[in-house]
Amino acid sequence: MMRQAIATGSSARRTLSGAARVLLALKLDGPLTFGLGLTAGYGLLVLFSASGGNLRMLIGTVLRLALGIAVMLALARLSPNLLRRASPWLYGLGILLLLAVAAVGHVHLGAKRWLELGPVQFQPSELLKIAVPMMCAWYLHERALPPRWRDLAVLGVIILVPVALVAKEPDLGTAALIAAAGAVVIFLSGLRARVVIALLLLAVVAFGLGLRFMHGYQRARLLTFLDPQAHPLSSGYHIIQSQIAVGSGGMFGKGWMAGSQARLDFLPERTTDFIFAVVGEEFGLLGLAVLLLLYTFVIGRSLYLAMQCPDTFSRLLGGAIAVTFFIYVFINAGMVTGLVPVVGVPLPLVSYGGSSIVTELSGFGILMSLFSHRKLMG
Amino acid sequence: MSPVRIKDNWREQRIFVRRVWFVTALMVIAAIAVFARLYYLQVLRRHYYEDLSVANGVRTVPIPAARGLIVDRDGQIMASNRPTFELQLTPDEVPDLRGSLQRLAKLALVRESDIPELIRAIKSQLSFDPVPIRVQLSESQVARFAVRRFEFPGINISPQQSRWYPLKNLGVFAIGYVGPISASELAHINQAAYAGTALIGKSGIEAQYEHVLHGTNGYRQVLVNALGREVRRPGVLARQLHEKPPVPGDDVIVSLDLKIQRLAEKLLKGQDGAVVALNPWNGNVIALASSPTFNPNLFARGISEKQYLALVNNPDNPLFDRALRSQLPIGSTIKPAIALGALTEGVLNPTKRIYAGSDWHLPGSDHMFHNYKHEVCGRIGLNMAIIMSCDVYFYQVAYKMGIERLGAWLPNFGFGKPTGIDVPGEQSGLVPTPAWMAKHYPHGYGWYPGDTVILGIGQGTFLATPLQLAHYAGILATRGLSFRPRLATGLRNPLTHKIHWKRPVLDGNLTMISRSSWQVVIKAMHGVTTNPRGTAYWDMINATYPIAAKTGTAQLTREEANGDYNLKATPKKLRDDSWFITFAPLYKPRIAIAVLVEHAGAGARAAGPIAMKILNAYLLGPNGKLLPATPRARYSMPRDIAPRVAAGVDPTLTATERAAQP
Repeated sequence: MMRQAIATGSSARRTLSGAARVLLALKLDGPLTFGLGLTAGYGLLVLFSASGGNLRMLIGTVLRLALGIAVMLALARLSPNLLRRASPWLYGLGILLLLAVAAVGHVHLGAKRWLELGPVQFQPSELLKIAVPMMCAWYLHERALPPRWRDLAVLGVIILVPVALVAKEPDLGTAALIAAAGAVVIFLSGLRARVVIALLLLAVVAFGLGLRFMHGYQRARLLTFLDPQAHPLSSGYHIIQSQIAVGSGGMFGKGWMAGSQARLDFLPERTTDFIFAVVGEEFGLLGLAVLLLLYTFVIGRSLYLAMQCPDTFSRLLGGAIAVTFFIYVFINAGMVTGLVPVVGVPLPLVSYGGSSIVTELSGFGILMSLFSHRKLMG
Repeated sequence: MSPVRIKDNWREQRIFVRRVWFVTALMVIAAIAVFARLYYLQVLRRHYYEDLSVANGVRTVPIPAARGLIVDRDGQIMASNRPTFELQLTPDEVPDLRGSLQRLAKLALVRESDIPELIRAIKSQLSFDPVPIRVQLSESQVARFAVRRFEFPGINISPQQSRWYPLKNLGVFAIGYVGPISASELAHINQAAYAGTALIGKSGIEAQYEHVLHGTNGYRQVLVNALGREVRRPGVLARQLHEKPPVPGDDVIVSLDLKIQRLAEKLLKGQDGAVVALNPWNGNVIALASSPTFNPNLFARGISEKQYLALVNNPDNPLFDRALRSQLPIGSTIKPAIALGALTEGVLNPTKRIYAGSDWHLPGSDHMFHNYKHEVCGRIGLNMAIIMSCDVYFYQVAYKMGIERLGAWLPNFGFGKPTGIDVPGEQSGLVPTPAWMAKHYPHGYGWYPGDTVILGIGQGTFLATPLQLAHYAGILATRGLSFRPRLATGLRNPLTHKIHWKRPVLDGNLTMISRSSWQVVIKAMHGVTTNPRGTAYWDMINATYPIAAKTGTAQLTREEANGDYNLKATPKKLRDDSWFITFAPLYKPRIAIAVLVEHAGAGARAAGPIAMKILNAYLLGPNGKLLPATPRARYSMPRDIAPRVAAGVDPTLTATERAAQP
């Protein structure tokens, strides 16, 4: 009996350690992979309901996940040194692609964001979400920190060139996220607090000025955020309907596939940017809490991994990947619940479509590479 | 120049870790904000957003309640519901709107000239909701469409509930009719309660008992998507849907006796006039006829402009309810009321005989008041004055009464005020007084004694309706009991068939009139039908039971007042109105009747025969014998009159009167 119990216990331990060995061989971090897998699985469950049981959408997402996992595995195997050295090239490629979009891009819904590569449509701005923090981290890697004014000026150019190109597409949401990714790197590098405050004030002024040069719909979005009831059927519609969906879900939700806001088409963009509201409607506050806890776990683990990294490049890039992931989650949740203006930011790992899942998993692949190869770094 | 800085990895790592903790603090704050927001939306304001969510996706489709029936005293249906068919077009499913409508026009199902307006109306609707394009299709129209239906995708025939009056014109002024709800009615009704209701009572019982007949509409909830289209297979969402069945309206039982109603309308046919017959012991209206009539089905069906103009422009005005709304001088039928007033006031000695010549003039005036056709009555008392309807006698009675006392007495018999019948639109008539005269003719010549004199024979500015006259005949029949005339006697639940009977309403009891006064006047009214000099003698000569009656000939022109009058030579509009009131059997009356035939000459001539035929129809069985009195339901009454109402007779009758009873 006893021997048997010990035997089973040890066999379980053996299985676990076997999985750990596989992960190690793949250069993956176990807890992070586990967290990402659970989040993506939860996302598929919600997407199936949000799409009204659309299997094609589900399969499409599974395929995208597979592609993302493949990219993640590939990136995780790469050496951080290689990644660091590739950073300027990747950045340069991103800028070139953005210029190509401006020249020959595919126009969809009034915005020029896509490049057609055969059957695949590709948004170069997604690449920049990774390339810009990589470039910033690369630049700071060799400099003594905290950065000085001259460094700051160079970083400003590195960040603002792609931001300006993306904003021109026009895709203000992504531009802001790219800028944020760069800014996070600078902040984590230890920029002095008073400079940070001065830059924040500058950003506020720039925002005020920017408001004057915005497209009509962009300004309308912002103003609508401030008073959604003023245009209940036009620009305020998204916010109102998503709040109704979330609010009517209550504590425990209406049940899977039973959210009337989503099933009856009242909730716009319910499989993409507003899928958070579907979670809220069908699974209630409890379901959202589970989702947010999963995100918290992923972010927390990512930050932990970043802190373990021995070199500047890895720390800064890893930290930036974790914090930008948080920013995506926060902006999406805030937008759906009416805390922040409606900007086209998908919910990471859950929203349908686009190249965002691949981008996100790439980021985690890089993070895992940085962590799992840390001993090799000097 | 700042000193050359050396890269210090350990310091950089410390800075990094500090920054990460700082960022983590910021992220915790942001997460708390998101949670607070979610708590607010999903816990604190949950019900608010739940309501909005339901309002979004659930559309409430009303289910109209079946309208209550209207049935006569024997349960015969006078107003019912029946399905009709309307042509509905679903814009989504019609490939070529204009072409389809033009092809419908070729089948004469829509009018060519209406097409632009129809297209505009259709375009203004949701494209997947059916729009009615033609209502109330006839059977031949349904058939014409049905055989070519395949040519019209998206156009269907849909059954609807409509009102149907199986007896057509019969009793239309009592029953009334329904029609589409007008904008002004919409402002007065509870719109939520009428959602789904197409027709509303416009007149008669249909209007008066709208609240009873209408019932309570139910509803059914359906799921709609953001475009408003119904979701046919809602799946799990269906559990959020509710349904409430409609409660049908109660049936209204009216007191009309269709045999009498039909006879009254037949007798009036071709003439302008009215007949009102009622049971004097409870006010139940036995017949309420006005002529000419119209078909109420026209209105429920959505009357065409042409049909409506034909009714409105008809000089005989068939839409006009003469029984309740025609206010006219009533001629000599007023005399029993004048006599009872004068007897009670003590200004008239019924047995004193006075000489009544062909005319009379006021003391101190040389203006002559003539008898009808310059007749000479001779030396007569009250009895003969009523029997012969002697104007000269009543000029003097009225003069002695004076206008103040006349003005106070006439309302006792229901004049000058609405009777309160349960049909809307009743007129109140007019009892003129000097005060009224001063108010309405401030620059006129005031009240002259001559005005008082002609009031004594029901002429001048005095006006009453046929209904008021029947009500008055009822007061005479019961010797002072004034029951409010009514049509609805009970409300019947259509599901349980339980009937709620309404109690009759006693509005007055003329206890100040002495028994002897009643006896004198009613005996004289009997004499009108039995004395060879009685004005209704020839009308009632074949009667097999005793009848009280009084004729009236209301003069409309000046020549008549002078007695220089030739019926045939006078244009119809100026000819005398023929009036008749009667009740029978004399001492145990079961029915009181007022008849008006406009522009038909003397009362005995046109109205009298109608009244006689109605009396016979109501009172006589097939063998020509008086029918036994039907047992009366016992209602709670004031104690002093309960036995009288129960017996249908004045218990204070003299032995001779009792002996005279059938």
